[in-house]
Amino acid sequence: MSLKDKLVSSFMAFENNVDVEHPVHEVRVDALKNFESKGFPSKKEEAWKYTSLKSLENVDFSIFPKEKNTLEYKEVKEYFINEIDTYKIVFVDGIFSSYLSETTHDGVDICLMSSALSKPMYKQIIEVYFNKIASKDDSLTSLNTAFSKEGAYIYIPKNKMPKKPIEIVHFATGNEASLMLQPRNLIVVEENAEVQILERHQSLTSNEVLTNSVTEIFAADSAIVDYYKIQNDAENASLIDNTYVNQKNKSVVNVHTFSFGGKLTRNNLNFYQNGEYMDSVMKGVTIIGAKQHVDHHTLVHHIEPNCESHQDYKGIFAENSTGVFNGKIIVDKIAQKTNAFQQNNNILISDKATINTKPQLEIFADDVKCSHGCTIGQLDEDAMFYLQSRGIPQKEARALLMYAFANNVLASVRIPELKIRINKLIATKLGVNLGFDL
Amino acid sequence: MLQIKNLHASVEDKEILRGINLEVKAGEVHAIMGPNGSGKSTLSSVIAGKEEFEVTEGQVILDGEDLEDISPEERAHKGIFLSFQYPVEIPGVSVTNFMKTAINEGRKAKGLEDMPAKDMLKLIREKSEMLEIDRKFLSRSLNEGFSGGEKKRNEIFQMAMLEPKLAILDETDSGLDIDALRIVSNGVNKLRSKDNAVIVITHYQRLLEYIVPDFVHVLHNGKIVKSGGKELALELEEKGYDWLKNEATV
Repeated sequence: MSLKDKLVSSFMAFENNVDVEHPVHEVRVDALKNFESKGFPSKKEEAWKYTSLKSLENVDFSIFPKEKNTLEYKEVKEYFINEIDTYKIVFVDGIFSSYLSETTHDGVDICLMSSALSKPMYKQIIEVYFNKIASKDDSLTSLNTAFSKEGAYIYIPKNKMPKKPIEIVHFATGNEASLMLQPRNLIVVEENAEVQILERHQSLTSNEVLTNSVTEIFAADSAIVDYYKIQNDAENASLIDNTYVNQKNKSVVNVHTFSFGGKLTRNNLNFYQNGEYMDSVMKGVTIIGAKQHVDHHTLVHHIEPNCESHQDYKGIFAENSTGVFNGKIIVDKIAQKTNAFQQNNNILISDKATINTKPQLEIFADDVKCSHGCTIGQLDEDAMFYLQSRGIPQKEARALLMYAFANNVLASVRIPELKIRINKLIATKLGVNLGFDL
Repeated sequence: MLQIKNLHASVEDKEILRGINLEVKAGEVHAIMGPNGSGKSTLSSVIAGKEEFEVTEGQVILDGEDLEDISPEERAHKGIFLSFQYPVEIPGVSVTNFMKTAINEGRKAKGLEDMPAKDMLKLIREKSEMLEIDRKFLSRSLNEGFSGGEKKRNEIFQMAMLEPKLAILDETDSGLDIDALRIVSNGVNKLRSKDNAVIVITHYQRLLEYIVPDFVHVLHNGKIVKSGGKELALELEEKGYDWLKNEATV
């Protein structure tokens, strides 16, 4: 049976475990219909030209984990930013782990989607926000919506800021030979509120894992959201991340994506600017090798005037790895005085590595500043000689230059411990000890 | 210390150095002068080991060891330092971190532990004060947005930190105003000792008023066409290079 058929036919079993009377269930049923008619995207579709899901569709994924698996904190401590205190929403094989988590209802709600979908006190928020910005057309988003049940639910009321950053972590234990996960996150940040969130998917074995995740972020007037995605998963873990951001007046949303691991990673990052004087920031560092594949598809839709967007993605590709960057910017006719900037710079350090990069600008307003630039290159020979002539060996010199290349993306990380972590990950990934910390 | 014997070097099959002979002994300062395109910068790059240049004939020998097939970083560990004519901008790496990395890599090559942070800071402070370098400057990205003069001063700062056996200053005077020239020259002079040597590559004799050479060589068309004492620099300043070009063709 194909993965699509397996998913569709398991929907009835899924319905036994959710409240089918809840208004959200109608949304699920509609979404399933959309997925059923469209199926998995194929390379014939422009948006999936360079990323094939074929090999994943042939894997016999378990759709519901059989049992509740537990993990000891010490086994997984390294996957948290353990140098600082954080709220934690942790899932083990798709099931919430209260033991590893630290949730709160103290002035803010940092808890579970399953509670938000079942408890009456959240009903109003769910009605207003759930599946409101996520695409109803995209088949993979619909697939997630159809099976939406668990994930992170974060609600930050007006003028509030949680005392510490929030970590959303999904572990896969490998107790299933191959596991499919579909987390669904809803993040609502009200007027003048602020939040910092880290998200990570971590498989603990080399068993196959496929995660098809959907995150909806709503930033109200003057809200500030910092979202960090750490994609450093095990060799057989694949991730399709569908993130939708709805922004209002004067809000600032920063999404940083660090892609170092995993087998296949597809990031669909969509920003909708429903207001004025706001800023949308998308930054990414990708460093991959072997046969890894990372695909960044971004969309910024400038709907109203006087807004900014900044995109800066750096990629370093070794061995047989492949990268994709597709950055779409739409500026509506009334969205005058838009400033939209996009940069995608890549270094290929192997003859067999590939990058496909494509800016896609659709500008209907006439008084705007939009710029885009893609570069694909090798390391600068003169810079290499300069460093080597100071006694820095070739390997370290190369690492230093690549580190420097990725550095502007790290500069805007606002959690110092995270910055150090990422810095170390980059050094490890490049196979050197740089001899200094940030 | 350094012996260059019948050195020929080419880039992309174009011969630039056509048989250079030069001997530099410890404690000496040699000036290499010559018109544009005579091969001055190529010579310095070849001594420092830039791979783009192919040595087709001859040898570069440091302390009796032929440097053929020795990488630029190993040459640096053996005590060769090149002050670049055009220092490369490296955004994202601060001057301090760069120096720490360079010094500790040099120590590693000698089998030494990393320099303790306290000693490193002391060394940085001492050398930056000697070259009148502002502390803020040290946390800036290496050469990024530096003025011409700042870049050159930073090169000499690196030289002071690394304390090379053989320093090659490639057009260090270009881009320096008179005050900066004095500071930089002072820095170089303080580093001079009976155990090290300096090769100064320059267009003009101005720098040589501050860093006084023991020998002056004139490079033309990839060869040393004339050598002499420091008076030769003055003669060149007065007469230009044309008379030497003519002499060379005769």
